[in-house]
Amino acid sequence: MAIKTEHDMHKRRFSRNLGVGLVLAGFVALMFGLSVVKINAVGPIQGFDHVVRPELTEREQ
Amino acid sequence: MTDVDVTEFEHEAGFGDYFALLKPRVMSLVIFTALVGLLVAPVSLHPVVILSSILFIAVGAGASGALNMWWDADIDAVMRRTAKRPVPSGRVAPEEALAIGVGLSGIAVVMLALAANLFAAALLAFTIFFYAVIYTMWLKRWTPQNIVIGGAAGAFPPMIGWAVATGGVSVESVLMFALIFMWTPPHFWALALFMRADYDTAGVPMLTVTHGRRVTRNHVLVYTALLLPVALGLAFTSIGGPIYLAVAFVMNALFLKGACDIWRRDETVAEADNYRVEKRVFRFSLYYLFLHFGALLADATLRSLGLGVW
Repeated sequence: MAIKTEHDMHKRRFSRNLGVGLVLAGFVALMFGLSVVKINAVGPIQGFDHVVRPELTEREQ
Repeated sequence: MTDVDVTEFEHEAGFGDYFALLKPRVMSLVIFTALVGLLVAPVSLHPVVILSSILFIAVGAGASGALNMWWDADIDAVMRRTAKRPVPSGRVAPEEALAIGVGLSGIAVVMLALAANLFAAALLAFTIFFYAVIYTMWLKRWTPQNIVIGGAAGAFPPMIGWAVATGGVSVESVLMFALIFMWTPPHFWALALFMRADYDTAGVPMLTVTHGRRVTRNHVLVYTALLLPVALGLAFTSIGGPIYLAVAFVMNALFLKGACDIWRRDETVAEADNYRVEKRVFRFSLYYLFLHFGALLADATLRSLGLGVW
């Protein structure tokens, strides 16, 4: 007798795995979008990144 | 060699079963009312913030649905309407439902606090607590007024939506809450009148079971009459307008007429036509709520186009 590899159980497990995968991917995408929006809402941000920024140091002085 | 018995996996849940645990139909109403509460507020937000906030409110509502299914699995199993739900049918284990409910509640509240503000998140946390603990665990099996007080849980979403935009509460958001709160009793009692056998079997103290069907018919009429000033009053706040006033006027007149029809009938007449009027009023009550919130949205659109009347 041939072994039937595709049982209904496999379909259900695949649906679960696919569902959870898509939900997680959607969550990551949403968090990325939300972060971009929230950070942009603060306005232009500039900080030190190991490079001398004369415009920042001048303002502090 | 050991045989593999696949029959033990026969009742394994698919993704749809876990989704059903979140009561998607209730969730759709929550999404709609919360979205209207958010969009009619006088503060505009970025679309991504709106999308995230509505999503987390929906996840919170779904989480409370899962907690409700975990706690109520015993009575769901004996009611025809609910026997096929994932927990009573054995596809999802009760502990899984509990874990999903608690986990998603936490995620929804924390994420709403990050996406919107702390006040909206606190309101969502209170709503989940109110539905899962106050209604499901306490009131539902204790008092025939379960529907009245429990209805508050379903009434919070537009208030949360408003809080996402404004960070607070106002007369408008309280009236949106009151609209759903007062609408819930006649809506559910109309259902209980024609789903009698279910609640009897489960031993849930629905008004139809504890005080009889005459009293329930009286209650439907009284609550529909009390709903009227709330629904019309909303028209004269800053979020009301001519479309809402017209819709509220027509829909409340029709709802009151339906409630009068239910009140005038007795069991003999109702059984003779298989609860035709009760079923009609129940269906109508769904349109009632949808159209009221739809009208609020329509008036908000008019205002944004500079065509607002008041």
